[in-house]
Amino acid sequence: MTMQASSLLLKNKTVFPGWSPAWQKNKVFSGEVVFNTGMTGYVESLTDPSYTNQILVFTYPLIGNYGVPGPRRWESKKIHVSGVVVGSAVETWNHYEGRGSLTSWLQSQQVPLITGVDTRALTRILRGHGTMPGAIVSHAKGAPRLPIFNDEIGTDLMKAVSIKRPRIYGSGPKKIIVVDCGMKENIIRSLLRFPVTIKRVPYDYDYTRESFDGLFVSNGPGDPADCRATIEILQKALSLKNPRPIFGICLGSQLLAIAAGAKTYKLPFGHRGHNQPCLELNTGRGVVTSQNHGYAVDEASIPVGWQVTYRNLNDGSVEGLAHATQPFFSVQFHPEAAPGPTDTKDLFEKFFALL
Amino acid sequence: MKRIKDTIKKVLLLGSGGLRIGQAGEFDYSGSQAIKALKQEGIRVVLVNPNIATVQTDQGAADTLYLEPLNLATVTKIIAKEKPDGILLAFGGQTALNLGLALEAKGVLKKYGVLVLGTPVASIRLTEDRELFKRALESINIKTPFSFAVTTTEEAMRSAKKIGYPVMLRAGYSLGGLGSGKISSEQELKTRAAEALHNAPQILIEEYLAGWKEIEYEVIRDKSDTTLAICNMENMDPMGIHTGESIVVAPSQTLTNKEFHQLREVSLAVARRIGLLGEGNVQFALNPKNGDYRVIEMNARLSRSSALASKATGYPLAYVAAKLAIGKRLAEIPNSITKKTTSCFEPALDYIVVKFPRWDLIKFQAASRVIGSEMKSVGEVMAIGRSFPEALQKAVRMLNIGGSGLTDYPHTIADAPDEIGRATDRRLFAIYQELRSGTSVATIADWSQINPWFLEQLASVASFEKKLRRSKLTTELLRSAKHYGFSDKAIGQLRRRSEESIRQARLTAGVIPAIKQIDTLAGEFPAETNYLYTTYHASEHDIAPSQSKPLIILGSGPYCIGSSVEFDWCAVNTARTARALGRQVVMINSNPETVSTDYDESDRLYFEELTLERVRDIADFEGADGIVVSVGGQIANNLALPLARLGYALLGTAAESIDQAEDREKFSSLLNKLNIDQPDWEKVSTAPKAESFARRVGYPILVRPSYVLSGAAMQTIHSPEKLAEYLRSEGIISQEHPVVISQFITNAKELEIDAVAAHGQVIIEAISEHIENAGVHSGDATIVLPPQRLYLETIRRAKQITRQVAAALKISGPFNIQFIAKNNDLKVIECNLRASRSFPFVSKVTGYNFIDLATRVILGEPLPQRTFETLELDYVAVKTPQFSYSRIKGADPVARVEMASTGEVAVIGKNYLEAFYKSWQATEQFVIGKRLLVSICNTHKPRLLESLRMLAELGWELYATDGTHEFLTNNGISARFAKKASEGEPNLLDLIQNRQVDLVINIPNGSARHGLSGSDGYQQRRATIDHQVPLITNLQLAELFLRCLIAFHNTTLPARPWHSYITHLN
Repeated sequence: MTMQASSLLLKNKTVFPGWSPAWQKNKVFSGEVVFNTGMTGYVESLTDPSYTNQILVFTYPLIGNYGVPGPRRWESKKIHVSGVVVGSAVETWNHYEGRGSLTSWLQSQQVPLITGVDTRALTRILRGHGTMPGAIVSHAKGAPRLPIFNDEIGTDLMKAVSIKRPRIYGSGPKKIIVVDCGMKENIIRSLLRFPVTIKRVPYDYDYTRESFDGLFVSNGPGDPADCRATIEILQKALSLKNPRPIFGICLGSQLLAIAAGAKTYKLPFGHRGHNQPCLELNTGRGVVTSQNHGYAVDEASIPVGWQVTYRNLNDGSVEGLAHATQPFFSVQFHPEAAPGPTDTKDLFEKFFALL
Repeated sequence: MKRIKDTIKKVLLLGSGGLRIGQAGEFDYSGSQAIKALKQEGIRVVLVNPNIATVQTDQGAADTLYLEPLNLATVTKIIAKEKPDGILLAFGGQTALNLGLALEAKGVLKKYGVLVLGTPVASIRLTEDRELFKRALESINIKTPFSFAVTTTEEAMRSAKKIGYPVMLRAGYSLGGLGSGKISSEQELKTRAAEALHNAPQILIEEYLAGWKEIEYEVIRDKSDTTLAICNMENMDPMGIHTGESIVVAPSQTLTNKEFHQLREVSLAVARRIGLLGEGNVQFALNPKNGDYRVIEMNARLSRSSALASKATGYPLAYVAAKLAIGKRLAEIPNSITKKTTSCFEPALDYIVVKFPRWDLIKFQAASRVIGSEMKSVGEVMAIGRSFPEALQKAVRMLNIGGSGLTDYPHTIADAPDEIGRATDRRLFAIYQELRSGTSVATIADWSQINPWFLEQLASVASFEKKLRRSKLTTELLRSAKHYGFSDKAIGQLRRRSEESIRQARLTAGVIPAIKQIDTLAGEFPAETNYLYTTYHASEHDIAPSQSKPLIILGSGPYCIGSSVEFDWCAVNTARTARALGRQVVMINSNPETVSTDYDESDRLYFEELTLERVRDIADFEGADGIVVSVGGQIANNLALPLARLGYALLGTAAESIDQAEDREKFSSLLNKLNIDQPDWEKVSTAPKAESFARRVGYPILVRPSYVLSGAAMQTIHSPEKLAEYLRSEGIISQEHPVVISQFITNAKELEIDAVAAHGQVIIEAISEHIENAGVHSGDATIVLPPQRLYLETIRRAKQITRQVAAALKISGPFNIQFIAKNNDLKVIECNLRASRSFPFVSKVTGYNFIDLATRVILGEPLPQRTFETLELDYVAVKTPQFSYSRIKGADPVARVEMASTGEVAVIGKNYLEAFYKSWQATEQFVIGKRLLVSICNTHKPRLLESLRMLAELGWELYATDGTHEFLTNNGISARFAKKASEGEPNLLDLIQNRQVDLVINIPNGSARHGLSGSDGYQQRRATIDHQVPLITNLQLAELFLRCLIAFHNTTLPARPWHSYITHLN
């Protein structure tokens, strides 16, 4: 692919020179710059809706080795990140499932790329200063144009990535409502391993008057505190006379916590990677989890009746919650993996058993 | 529940013995880490390991050390005496594991109440018996290769028929895949199965998976069932090539997320099913066409791969495994790099690691260069970069095989497609040669089965090379060249410019390597440890230069024949002393099998090339106070002069002196000036000159090239015809490459002095004597300290010469002089102004750490005002070489002037015979019965006569070949006649194959050319090795050995701890 000189500019004025595909011309692409330490899984990450409006930095230096498979292996219908930063974008890919190169896939979806970046140096800045806005700027015509950085993440992210109208999957005896806040496809695949009927609904859909056996709240982008519509409906679900089992993942976990009365806060640089260790508090067993989140539940704000079930071994943050008596539980990490380790995939079984 | 930690006060740790192919320095790393981990918990450690050159056998490591053979009888005695509470089996390779299984099977552990710590014995057995392993995995729906475990050749043939040829033959219970291989026909299977079944009770006939990707996961599990995959690795050479023979990358490069995590999940499930407690690895085959997998095997112990994984990720697997064995949980063990997080995590790498095996097949005449499912490599290097070409080209330089990258491999490969297809030790260079000449990636992929991803990466280097030759050398091009891993030297060659001019251009343009940390978490948390590498794919350094000017220690580089764990010991001890004296230490080394590359052994560890370019980069960045070149062996030593000429300060002896000792002519004239005798020699550049020299001094003569380590391509030549042949066939004589010829003195003894001098004054020295007569390389000789048969006059004279040389060369630091003695005539053979391979031996036998003293000297620290008694000892120590002939098919197992041993062991005894006999046993050879096959060349027969007579009287059954048989019969000793192979069947080969003899003594005529594959003697020696029957081929060893068999008839030798001998330390 023809490349041209380009830069990644950070809000704190740091400039990382690199190379971008010529098709990007001199356009400016901005977003919140975040890093992920996974060594595989770029296809899954790029199609994860939770990365909406974010420029994703891969700390592993060689990205694109196995090309890009067909859409059936993606985590949603398209690439959601606003930009991709890599050490080196490998074009000579090889894999039996591959259908094309990473660079041509990005081009086909008009997602900008910058390669040749010292992603370790960049990561160290983000670790020190926290994630920050940035932009990929090509130097097609002389000096780069300085973009205007916006700290606002945007509040209508979920609307953009959630399903537009309900959709049914499967035909099993148990009925699950799945609230799509920007869900990864592998959650649907994981739930469909059980004899269930899934009704996947938009983030603001009120299901509380319908009959269902279980409720699932998905991952998604942005600040959980902004998701008032979803939270209000969840609060109704929590206070149903005959409460149904509820399972939340990632953003879904934060929304459940807020609905129950807890608060969330922004982590300095988030947890994005496939090697996040968590302690399963009831067994004392450590598990390795896949994570992608910038916010966390504030432990001090957790209401009576709820308990912490998993804790992050690196920074002690809350990774899982459960109600002491009701069948409500959630995890901050991604048991559906894709990308990342599958240590906690049994949680789907646990959910099904509660139905 | 009582914690294990509270009940375990004393632990027995089994080491791995002498270094050999398939079991090398990695177990010094793992044992050393285990000792550290246990001692931190207040547990006393008893170590059994006869490998005296290791760091783990240092004073201050284990609480009690036994330099004793790792066999059932000896270790049983040690257990009875020490009464340990627990035993660790996972840190000493297959040797320790097998010994542990034997101790358990014999009820020794139960009898003395010794608890096996870590993975239980039942679990180990599950991984070691392929059929049980397969069934265990089937029970949890995990796929293994279609296979049959068989115990007879007939069964093997039936199974192969069911699977269909080709099939894979695998031998159980063996290290490094010995006896394993692809079998294409019934006939081949018949021979190979019989051979393998001699060495193992059971073999496996399985589905042939050549061409599948080979992937490995390093797994760790604690008592609360936390199970982690610390690292995965992908072999560039797919299934069919032993992982020890493969170029390996970490992490895997061609696996999708789904494949990566599916295999990870399976490896964790296997660890749980087996009941792993500690560390292990799981090997997979992965079909590149459809993602199907098979689990190939699991090792429930630390291994070469786990050492590599530790170094590749910064996760100290052995240390953590030891903690888990005593009942710690992963989440309770701090992460030693971040110091903030715990050991319960899986490292994320933000760099790529390439491991490259180091072969030394050239050292074994008649040995095949083809690589396959058996391990032949003797060492390895590990290179770290941020692109595959960068890391790979670094690895090529680290190998120290003559190339400064892919572009200047010094040999042209005549039939590259053949070497790619069959796979030889230089396959990578054959591939590069083909790519350069335009062969497509698809074609090479077809020949080699190597995944095109790797080949495309290599092709990108080849196409960049073209650009680099032609385009203008702009800053941008220079930077790109560095991204592709080109050295200044390689760029210079392509541009017809000097290395120095490229370097200067590069520095002017600001193209310098960035220094990055390995932090286990890809930058997510700050690292507290300075584990470093360099890369050009970067815009900034992670760290600032050291605050106080550090000293730089150059490590050993890859292990190869002639440079092994002893130099790691030297480097580690130098660092320890320097740090104890308050100095900042920077260590540079490229060998993952070492202790010096543990990041807690230095203030800064650069896992880097030991090349002039990189050492300068690091020295410039760190503002080094001085560089230590004298403790890393020959690679480091060779950098002395170039570094000094460029103005870098060396610590210790001056570079000019080093050159004066290394340069044969300069050294020779020095000896002449000092009136010290030396064997006659001449450097000749034409064949007639060589021949006239030989005529003058008389045959035999010794021929060798200059500046070599361990006598590469060195030979003794016994006749004018052979000389003419040598000069022709080797094609090595020319004006540019003269040959050094020297007089070869027969029937002489060799001795050597290891010493340390300060400003030309010797402060300590130790004299060792070779048991074999001159003509055996000092690295292959059996060495005794203190000397047993030297005249006092010889000793006095040797000391005097040593003092003269030290003074003349103004030596400050370690050095070694080798002598040849005939009667009282003493000649100097060579002198090295660096630590020698016997430094750990003399240090531990005398109880005075020579390296500690040498380090004090080179740092200008005050020395103890005293003398050191190293001659009048109350005990005797014998160092015995460890050979790996069984690995090198076709090699003639006779020690000669060219070094062939891969390791060594040493044992201390009350007297000469005891030390010798135990030391020999420590090389893991066992005489299990009283049947001896002798075949002795004429000149030597009388020397063994009386011993053979006594053995016969003691009930030994003797077998002998024609001449020897006649000789024995004529002297009234009855022996059975054994036909030589050429005399028809049945013959002595059948005796050996059927293990009807327990020991073979085969003394060839010194002048017979070795490696002559047709000869009877060769066939006999080779068969003995191939069927694992103990073999002795040297007259002096045979004499001594027979004396031992007589002296220790019906006697068991005691096991005594090291400190019971070295009383001055108590």
